[in-house]
Amino acid sequence: MSTPTALRVVEAHARVYRQTWRGSIISTFLTPVLTLVSLGIGLGSLIDENGGPGGVPYLVWLGPGLLAAAAMQTAAGDSSYPVMAGIKWTKGYDAALATPLTVEDLIFGHLGWVGIRVLMTAVVYAGVLFVFGALDFASGLATLLPALLTGMAFAAPITALTARMQQETGLSTLFRFGIVPLFLFSGTFFPIDQLPDWLQPVAYLTPLWHGVELCRGAAGVPDSPYFPPWIHIGYLLLWIAVGTFLAVRQLRRRMVK
Amino acid sequence: MSESLVAAAGLIKRFGDFTAVDGIDFAIEKGQAFGFLGPNGAGKTSTMRMIGAVSPITDGKLTVFGLDPLEHGPAIRARLGVVPQDDNLDFELTVEENLVIYGRYYDLPRAQIKERIEELLGFAQLTERRASKVEPLSGGMKRRLTIARGLINQPEMLILDEPTTGLDPQARHLLWDRLYRLKQQGVTLIITTHYMDEAEQLCDRLVIMDKGKIVAEGSPRELIESHSTKEVIELRFPPEVEQLPLDRLEGLAKRVEELPDRVLLYCDDADHTLLQVHERGVLPESSLVRRSTLEDVFLRLTGRSLVD
Repeated sequence: MSTPTALRVVEAHARVYRQTWRGSIISTFLTPVLTLVSLGIGLGSLIDENGGPGGVPYLVWLGPGLLAAAAMQTAAGDSSYPVMAGIKWTKGYDAALATPLTVEDLIFGHLGWVGIRVLMTAVVYAGVLFVFGALDFASGLATLLPALLTGMAFAAPITALTARMQQETGLSTLFRFGIVPLFLFSGTFFPIDQLPDWLQPVAYLTPLWHGVELCRGAAGVPDSPYFPPWIHIGYLLLWIAVGTFLAVRQLRRRMVK
Repeated sequence: MSESLVAAAGLIKRFGDFTAVDGIDFAIEKGQAFGFLGPNGAGKTSTMRMIGAVSPITDGKLTVFGLDPLEHGPAIRARLGVVPQDDNLDFELTVEENLVIYGRYYDLPRAQIKERIEELLGFAQLTERRASKVEPLSGGMKRRLTIARGLINQPEMLILDEPTTGLDPQARHLLWDRLYRLKQQGVTLIITTHYMDEAEQLCDRLVIMDKGKIVAEGSPRELIESHSTKEVIELRFPPEVEQLPLDRLEGLAKRVEELPDRVLLYCDDADHTLLQVHERGVLPESSLVRRSTLEDVFLRLTGRSLVD
């Protein structure tokens, strides 16, 4: 029985990661701890004096939102520079395409691996939240699937965008004007009804807000999710489907000439 | 054509308005070392990529192992080894990990990959560097690793795109030796190069390409015989000589080529011709007699002007 072709690509990513994980392991744990201490506990103590959102401690409200945002950041990071490297820098995609693998295998294998990375991030984040007492064990588990959906809703379209991009400067623009504003204004740190009226519909369009709402709902935060869950799930799936389709198309245009 | 591993008829590759390969025909037989020679931009790499089933053909006909690359890409690639112009290795990983990952792309069982790696590291003289990262290896070692990687699936045919470009003479000779060994083992080799000595060393048959077309085809010896003379005399004159004595050399050789400060006489009996040159009172600063090489054929067919 032969190994499915996309799975061989996942295995290759895993083998590379096995050699390189040490470089990122400290920040993987430290980032959630520092963010939660500073915002969840430090800032949270001020917020809780006035009654925080959802009527729960700010740390409990913030935690699942940060988890969704971390899923987005991991997915965006792994779907941008490594994809550019495969196309342009190490040319690993050229090497792989000389074997029986196809462009579809590269994309599905890449997205499969990013999914694993997003889950790893989500597990660490949920674990840290659990230690801080912001989540119980069951709701921690419940947030993993929404986090995965959130991550993939970014991984697929960003992969497509990167495959299209000629210069890597576009990637820093993507982070500066895409990922960072989303992180700040998608209901992660404060409910979007605090935004000016005209900006609220914009927040509805961002996949991160839907991911944040789903994660909060899964963690049992009151008043979440905002819409019935199937709307949030459906919207994220739409981004994944369109993003994957475009990623295959863009990478084929780039690699098969 | 039934026995040919690769057969092309009227093969065309266009990129937008630019025609990289302009209607070429060739057939590569099993066990041959087949060379594609040509200046930069002649269409060699485009041809290699079409044979390697990574670049779709624009027009004409191409079969590899008797299969159509458009329809059977993965099946063809499973039986091929490819050594690209740039070493697209993973520099962060070790020599061994690079081979393992590639072997897994072909879905070789892990135990078999382990065995193959032992053989290939020996073959590529990299056994002692197996645990080393790729980054610090020398150019020659990286090249040998790329070749070893291309052999992981025991391919029937190995495609090498400019295998020794940028290597020092020692590394080149070692590589030629390894490629010769592969040929002895029955692996069909397809090589592109712009080094004529490489083509003469390695290739049984070759085609010379220029501007997307094949301008000559044959064995190195045949090509020299049909496009050049047995021997060449190079007469060098000091730079202050304003007028090279071309008129006095007339009729002495089959072909006379004028270069800055130099005149090349293509003839079959150089010693005799050189005597005649002296008899006519032509006294160059120095004269050199040598055998005709593939380089003479190449320059004659593709011109001396620089291609960028």
